[in-house]
Amino acid sequence: MQMAAAARPESATRRSRVKGQSRLMSERILESLLVLSGLVSVLTTAGILYVLAWETVQFFSEVSLIEFLTGLEWTPLFADARFGILPLLMGTMLTSGIALVVAVPFGLMAAIYLSEFAPSKLRRVLKPALEMLAGVPTIVYGYFALVFLTPLLQSVVPGLSGFNALSAGIVMGIMITPMISSLSEDALSAVSNNLREAAYGLGSTKLSAIFRVVVPAATSGVVASIILALSRAVGETMIVAIAAGQQPRFTLDPRVPIETMTTYIVQISMGDVPAGTLEYRTIFAVGSTLFLMTFAMNVLSQRLARRFRER
Amino acid sequence: MPRSNLDIHRKKGGSSYVLREKLFVAACLVAVFLPLLLLLTLFGKLLADGLPRLSWEFLTSFPSRRAAEAGILPAAVGTLYLIVLTALLALPTGVGAAIYLEEYGKKSRLAALIEINIANLAGVPSIIYGLLGLGLFVRTLGLGRSLLAGAATLALLVLPVVVVSTREALRTVPLSTREACLALGATRWQTIRQVVLPQALPGVMTGSILAVSRAMGETAPLVVVGALAYVPFLPDGVFAQFGALPIQIFNWVSRPQPAFLVNAAAGIVVLLVMMLVLNAAAILVRDRLQAKHGRAS
Repeated sequence: MQMAAAARPESATRRSRVKGQSRLMSERILESLLVLSGLVSVLTTAGILYVLAWETVQFFSEVSLIEFLTGLEWTPLFADARFGILPLLMGTMLTSGIALVVAVPFGLMAAIYLSEFAPSKLRRVLKPALEMLAGVPTIVYGYFALVFLTPLLQSVVPGLSGFNALSAGIVMGIMITPMISSLSEDALSAVSNNLREAAYGLGSTKLSAIFRVVVPAATSGVVASIILALSRAVGETMIVAIAAGQQPRFTLDPRVPIETMTTYIVQISMGDVPAGTLEYRTIFAVGSTLFLMTFAMNVLSQRLARRFRER
Repeated sequence: MPRSNLDIHRKKGGSSYVLREKLFVAACLVAVFLPLLLLLTLFGKLLADGLPRLSWEFLTSFPSRRAAEAGILPAAVGTLYLIVLTALLALPTGVGAAIYLEEYGKKSRLAALIEINIANLAGVPSIIYGLLGLGLFVRTLGLGRSLLAGAATLALLVLPVVVVSTREALRTVPLSTREACLALGATRWQTIRQVVLPQALPGVMTGSILAVSRAMGETAPLVVVGALAYVPFLPDGVFAQFGALPIQIFNWVSRPQPAFLVNAAAGIVVLLVMMLVLNAAAILVRDRLQAKHGRAS
């Protein structure tokens, strides 16, 4: 630009220099606007931490941390209020555990099929089709669990209540299956073909090459996908809020109504509890617990995933 | 590659192996197709339950205590307001952040911080965003249980999706294009505005529409922010209280009477059709833009 300006008559040069300066100014302004929009995400994290910490600290000024972490009763709305989070934690673990029991075999087998057996044309259709499962709004899955799966299971499982962890967990498992299949498939496909060929060269069959060489080589990626799926199940809200019930219960029985941490937050939010009360703060204390759990799982998953990508 | 390997085993009398492999592949196929079959069952069940209930009255009526007279008008209007506002808030911010990360900040510490941060935000459960919205927008900023508070919450929720998809789209523009433009004397911003962004536009648009469609189906954060389950009026501005389609569906699903479950199914059909329209639009826009771009070059 400067070279072009030098060839012009004097006045034009000055004009274009002035123009250039104002252009420089607007470039600077634009650049700082871009930085600002990047900072919005940092501010979001700061906001989440601040809101959760602020209300949680106030919650723990009234309730002891020991009671919160070890109490077996969660009855914050009763006259005799108890604040032991273990029943909610157990509800979350139960539904997420059932979801994993469904999603891990399905997701892994699907991943192995897509990466080792499926013709590439079929894979290009099947992978997005499976990913569609994760795009369906969770409220739709909740409806499915309550209206379709629970009545179906009731004819097979004796004593299954209308709200239960089993049905919600199974449907949640279907929802998170594509997370495991997609990410595990990436990890399996990333395993170098040299390894497969070396296994064949040593006389191994296709199945033993898959299970003794390919899957072990992709372990960190596969485990990362499972942890990520678990984190998603732990934070999942609508399926359990609709189909698993609202009764905090310290039990491993999948047939009875339970309550997860997320359902409790929904239950209180629907009830229009006034701000500043202890009841209002319970949802932030439960939210903090949920946030810490999912955050730990996400970080772990990212570490593992990075390891397989570096390789 | 596997064929020759199999032959060896067949010669060795490994027909039991062949059978085992066939069984394994069959099991894999079940694992792939059973979830898809369940999804089809789900859609079939929804259509069977909900379609007979769908009518012009259902779309244009206000909610009611009587299931047969209840409609989704305020909820659907609320959802439309929400996604427009969410798009207005999330798209400029998300695209801006992506441009900063891809075109400016490449190796700076700030960019690295933002990047890690976005990766972590993508894994935060949506209900936590609801708590953020409740604490920040509804209480601290005093927006109340308004459309704006709901949309701002959803915007923060889908921001990582917009940033990630925009970055991918920007990355598809070859470096040589940028260099050619800079060599012709264009400034950095001119290069981005007039050369890079137009080329990346199909990807940016698709990602943005998908993000908005995700926002449309979100229920949990809106429940926490305080969307109304019973809305007998249409929202009259961004500070109005509001309902939303997923909230209405949740309300109906939570009632014991079967007639309301039918309403819920019909509501879900409407919600899914709206999402389908958005996704089809995303594909259409992408193809249109790609075709236009192809002709230009």
